Amino acid sequence: MKSIILTTAAVALTAGMAMADGHAKTVRMGTEGAYPPYNFINDAGELDGFERELGDELCVRAELTCEWVKNDWDSIIPNLVSGNYDTIMAGMSITDERDEVIDFTQSYIPPEASGYVAASENVDIESGVIAAQTATIQAGYIAESSATLVEFATPEETVAAVRNGEADAVFAQKQYLDSLVEASGGQLMYVGEDVPLGGGVGIGLRESDEELQGKFDAAIVSMKEDGTLNAMISKWFGDDATLYE
Amino acid sequence: MFSYCTEPDTLASLAWLTCYLTTGAHMSLYMSVFVVLLLIAITAPVALLFGFGGASAARSAFPPLSWLGKGYIAIVRGVPDIAFFLFFVIALDQAIEWLRHQALCPDWSEPIRQGNDFVVCQAAKMPLGNAPQWVHETYGFSLAVLTFAIVFGAFAANVLFGAMRAVPRAQLETAEAYGMTERQTFWRVLVPQMWVYALPGLSNLWMVLIKATPLLFLLGVEDIVYWARELGGTKTPRFTDYPHGDWRMWYFLALLVFYLIFTRISEVALDKLMARLTRGQATAAGEAQRKAVA
Repeated sequence: MKSIILTTAAVALTAGMAMADGHAKTVRMGTEGAYPPYNFINDAGELDGFERELGDELCVRAELTCEWVKNDWDSIIPNLVSGNYDTIMAGMSITDERDEVIDFTQSYIPPEASGYVAASENVDIESGVIAAQTATIQAGYIAESSATLVEFATPEETVAAVRNGEADAVFAQKQYLDSLVEASGGQLMYVGEDVPLGGGVGIGLRESDEELQGKFDAAIVSMKEDGTLNAMISKWFGDDATLYE
Repeated sequence: MFSYCTEPDTLASLAWLTCYLTTGAHMSLYMSVFVVLLLIAITAPVALLFGFGGASAARSAFPPLSWLGKGYIAIVRGVPDIAFFLFFVIALDQAIEWLRHQALCPDWSEPIRQGNDFVVCQAAKMPLGNAPQWVHETYGFSLAVLTFAIVFGAFAANVLFGAMRAVPRAQLETAEAYGMTERQTFWRVLVPQMWVYALPGLSNLWMVLIKATPLLFLLGVEDIVYWARELGGTKTPRFTDYPHGDWRMWYFLALLVFYLIFTRISEVALDKLMARLTRGQATAAGEAQRKAVA
């Protein structure tokens, strides 16, 4: 009996080492963990969400060993370029400004609408006070408009600012706002027109990391082709979500 | 955690609360309390060591050493903590990886700086890219301890520098008159007596250190304030079994109580320490203590 256990252990050990050799590099995947349904912490205290599921599947298809890392949104790009992790999957829209600093894979969420959410119907979004998360395309959009921008470090705080009257409305990706509007029981509502922003959401990588970019691009293409990506988008963002053709 | 927790939305409020407070996410919150306490317990003595070194260097008779000590105190005290934490840690991390890169990958041909990117060979990564997550966390934690120690060490150095100068000159002159060398005077007369002058300043630093832990999240260490913000935030029924509104107020209230208890315990302990250090000292409080006993 003992020898069986020992052999099994030995086999497991050598198998483990062979695995480690085959994937000498662990790809560390950075995310924020505060932006449901893209990425969030579940009841068990683990990272969960659309990007967690998608990222794990992409790593399987690209035959990579991956590990998730949480990082504050504020410092998510500096920590990528200095090499603390290798990818960003955090609902980050592809924009020209970001593309100058880092590279993106092709999008894994099609360009989506951003919307205004307020606590009452008759809010003036043209010249009122609008809350948005720091360093997002939404914050950039409001800053250029005639409205007054108030920035917050986390998505949660932007919505809280509307609830407690600090801001007239919050401007964010609609797929983040949807569940909050739904759960608020009529307290929060969409106002004004939706605004299409950004070039979709992609995986952010270091500009020098072309090999990894190629692997993830190929994996995203394969998921787009066999329809699993669309199924995953519908699962997490509902049936109304924009899909790939 | 408990067997009845499988369907939380059917439970009465008290049972619901016991389930809610024992989710995995809450366990992480409780763990982070220990992380914070451990960080403070390690940082405080290390910072004191940095402070002692800085203060001794600053009052050195050898000018370059004195400049070094005074420069350390002036620069670190003058830079905002948050800037120091963002800049210094990334720079330190890159410096370590750069050194390892030079030593371990001599035949690497590509440049390390490629535009914005900082690229070193896999073997030079610190910690190694394929190391388990806890190694990364421990490394981050050590960087945090070191950074905290350098920042608080500069303040401690200034306090100790002042305390060393507050020891009555007569005490040192007496030591010299007994024929003690400079080194003997320093260790046997100056150092034992300076603590009583340093303690009020050091206790301030201790209190500030206790409350400075939210800076930890900048370094990737999840402290209690991060978890309170995360868990207290609005949770919608789609993503959790325990939906609730914006409960950050209650979580921060709990933090308030935690910090008040912690600072109260510290105050009591510091008062005891002060009484012990005052014994036999040539200060007004020491004199009062002597008279009370006599």
